[in-house]
Amino acid sequence: MRTSFTERFVDLAVSGFLWGFRILMVLVIVLGTFFTVRAGKYTGEQWIDFVVFGISQGAIYAMIALGYTMVYGILRMINFAHGDIFMTGAFAGYFAAVWLNSIGFVNRNPVLGLIIPILAAMIFSAAIAMLVEKVAYRPLRTAPRLVPLIAAIGASFFIEYSFRGFFGPGKYAYPPIKVLEGDWVIFGVNILKVQVVVAIAAFIMMAMLYSIVKYTKVGKAMRAVSENKDTAALMGIDVNRIIVSTFAIGAAMAGAAGVLYALVYRQIDWFMGFTPGVKAFTAAVLGGIGNIPGAMVGGMVLGIFESVGPSLFLEGLGITRAYQLKDVIAYTMLVMILLFRPQGILGEQLSKQKA
Amino acid sequence: MNKENFLWDAAKVGLLGGAIGVFLCLIGMVEIFSKRDVVEGVITLGQFVLFATSVSAGLIAARRTSDVLGQTQPSQRLTAGLVAGLLTDLLVTLLVLVGNQTNVRAVFLNASPALYSLLTFGQGLSGVWILPVIGAVTGLIGAAFLLLPESIRRPVSRGVLFLIFMALFSNLFRVVLINQGAVWGVIAKRLFGQTGLTLLGAILFFIIVAGYNAFWAMRGSNIRSRLNQLPKNRQVGLRVGLYVLIALIALGLPQVSGPFIAQVIVIISLYILMGLGLNITLGFAGLLDLGFVAFYAIGAYTVGLLTSYGPFGLQHIPFWVAVPIAVLVAMLFGAFLGLPVLGVRGDYLAIATLGFGEIIRLLAGSDFLAPFFGGPQGVIGIQKPCFGTLSAFLSVDTPRACNGLELNTPQDIYYLAVVSALLIAFIAWRLRESRLGRAWMAIREDEDVAEALGVNLVQTKLLAYMLGAAFAGLGGAIFTVLIGSIFASSMQLLVSINVVALIIVGGMGSIPGVVVGAIALIGLPELLREVSEFRYLIYGLILIVMMQAKPEGLWPSQSAKRELHHADAENVTAETMV
Repeated sequence: MRTSFTERFVDLAVSGFLWGFRILMVLVIVLGTFFTVRAGKYTGEQWIDFVVFGISQGAIYAMIALGYTMVYGILRMINFAHGDIFMTGAFAGYFAAVWLNSIGFVNRNPVLGLIIPILAAMIFSAAIAMLVEKVAYRPLRTAPRLVPLIAAIGASFFIEYSFRGFFGPGKYAYPPIKVLEGDWVIFGVNILKVQVVVAIAAFIMMAMLYSIVKYTKVGKAMRAVSENKDTAALMGIDVNRIIVSTFAIGAAMAGAAGVLYALVYRQIDWFMGFTPGVKAFTAAVLGGIGNIPGAMVGGMVLGIFESVGPSLFLEGLGITRAYQLKDVIAYTMLVMILLFRPQGILGEQLSKQKA
Repeated sequence: MNKENFLWDAAKVGLLGGAIGVFLCLIGMVEIFSKRDVVEGVITLGQFVLFATSVSAGLIAARRTSDVLGQTQPSQRLTAGLVAGLLTDLLVTLLVLVGNQTNVRAVFLNASPALYSLLTFGQGLSGVWILPVIGAVTGLIGAAFLLLPESIRRPVSRGVLFLIFMALFSNLFRVVLINQGAVWGVIAKRLFGQTGLTLLGAILFFIIVAGYNAFWAMRGSNIRSRLNQLPKNRQVGLRVGLYVLIALIALGLPQVSGPFIAQVIVIISLYILMGLGLNITLGFAGLLDLGFVAFYAIGAYTVGLLTSYGPFGLQHIPFWVAVPIAVLVAMLFGAFLGLPVLGVRGDYLAIATLGFGEIIRLLAGSDFLAPFFGGPQGVIGIQKPCFGTLSAFLSVDTPRACNGLELNTPQDIYYLAVVSALLIAFIAWRLRESRLGRAWMAIREDEDVAEALGVNLVQTKLLAYMLGAAFAGLGGAIFTVLIGSIFASSMQLLVSINVVALIIVGGMGSIPGVVVGAIALIGLPELLREVSEFRYLIYGLILIVMMQAKPEGLWPSQSAKRELHHADAENVTAETMV
């Protein structure tokens, strides 16, 4: 086919631009790292601190990302309200923890004092997610793709501002847990106890989720539905029930993540779900959306990049207060992944229809 | 058996209504709305919201009886309404009883003694019976309303709606009218109170609107056919007369209404500009951009940096020169951000653009770029637009004098904003009818087919981004001179979401829809201070409900209407086949 000069010019400009973008990113990373390492501002111990923080942060992202990935795998829909489901979990956990604290239960039995708020958060978040699915998403199953996304944005606002109405615009301080204060010495490095506990708890729960999806009947049905809804229905799977349980399981993970997040940051508020939500979506895309191990890997990669990145890549380039640009790194990673490898790190090759 | 069935159904409706009532109480809506009246001394807005819940519960329960029973007696409908209304308010009363026993406030901030006193009408625990009784009565009213013939129902419901509308804006009307002089002031004080309508005003407005509707229902078709029978030139003359009248009102409005309303209209116009821009990328070409605020920010910062007399001012050129530059820069950025995401489709595009928008905001507000963009302190001291010559730039922080007409107040900026919005609406309309517009719509419907038919995807999509960005850039430029300063923190994702929402509510791809959406979603909450607390809650609800009930929007474009109803028809056939 004969193409006009302008068309060829535009095509050339596009590919040139994309290559320029790639080269720029590689340059920023390589040069930034080089100069930072040469300047030697941070000790090895500080780098380990960054990485450990990144791991616990990344584990939380991964837990939220699981919900995005599972729902996307089944419905091909971005559940924009998922970050707010995470927030509702944090609030449920908070009130449970405050109550347990007030009757002195946490000091008597610290392990259960940690587990009960997490369970409360999981149940509460799952309930909210099921309600949202029933009211906002289910009637739109067959609608064009933009329609459920808009409804999800609406649901996100509704949850956020309902909670703002219930609990006010202020921040709530999560009650301190004595056992988790201070740090442990692991391989000669001081590491905050909270971060270790949070990372371990996250890994246990992700392992549980993975085995549910891999080995139980419900998990098998979920995988079948995500392959093909109609065929799954013909095989006698109650597609509706499976979709609801996918929402519930994803939300339970997000709710638990909310409590873990509150343990690390020590405060919660009604808008806390937005940024982790977008970042967890980044993590899900990073690992390959629809892919459960991918979400876990994506979360960890994002968490570590975000925690190490500002100091490693940006400070070397002479950027002051690089930590302010932490979110910029996450969003840039999101855009880069969508541009250059939309199937993600572990993702299957997405067909154009799926993407 | 049947009888039990329909009562149980009504009870379920009532419990749902009660849950909604408790929700409204706990998010604080009832308490905050109680500070406003619908009719002074008769009913507050908070009470109205609660009563509306039980009336609706009664109405819905009464309507559902026919689903359960098939044929219904009026008495059965009334019973259903009564049960539903009673249960709705019983549940709300339960909140008071529980709240008296335990400290609900430890969890829910709004479960306060003030709320309990509102719910018991100031009687304390001895007043708990009042609300359920009212609930039963209002439920009964809801059910009875259903029994009325359509010719009465419609005027009554319209009349009540108009009455609420007037009550919400009562104080605004009052102030505006009092400013018009003594005679108007006297009338205003008779009709409008400070917190709501007076009894006289309420009755008057209700009668006017209900009467008008009843009259129109009887004679409307008659009048319309008589209008159609007029000779052609008379019809055109009437229409031109109507437009002239609207134009005159638009010209005079800011002078009459004062700066507050002028400013609200400027903000509406800005959102219309952005909405028209996003309408090109989203409505015409089907590319969902959740980072639209980026272009708005670019327009604002360009004008700010080029015209400011503050420390970050670069060029000190007049506004009129800076605006075309800002629009061009926004277009360039549109291409710049559009290029990489060309190959990204659907939901991924939404998230990628969201990422872009956030990157721009974070960079503009960061200390890293603060030497250029002012960081969190922002860019201040932006020169107002001036018709005439500006005096020379002397030193930082001294505004330059304008030798001529300077657009200083919101009333002045109003004309700028409205004229820009009209101009851009005209351009958008012509674009839609052009070859390019048809290419956009072809892409929206099916990219692959459009490409096969010879639409150059790269060029067409890039143009959609660039033109959309240009419109938003103009919006940003006008916003800058209205406020006189720019802060990165005002470039929130919320702005992007607002724009998406107003397009969806107005009707995707429809130009009048953008105007309707901007007035409904931006204008009304700006005017209603009490509602603004719950603005985004109502927003979220509107988005969810709209997507189910009316996904094509309030003022849909022809193609969207056709398509969505076509899809409905398809679903129906699919279901019947199963």
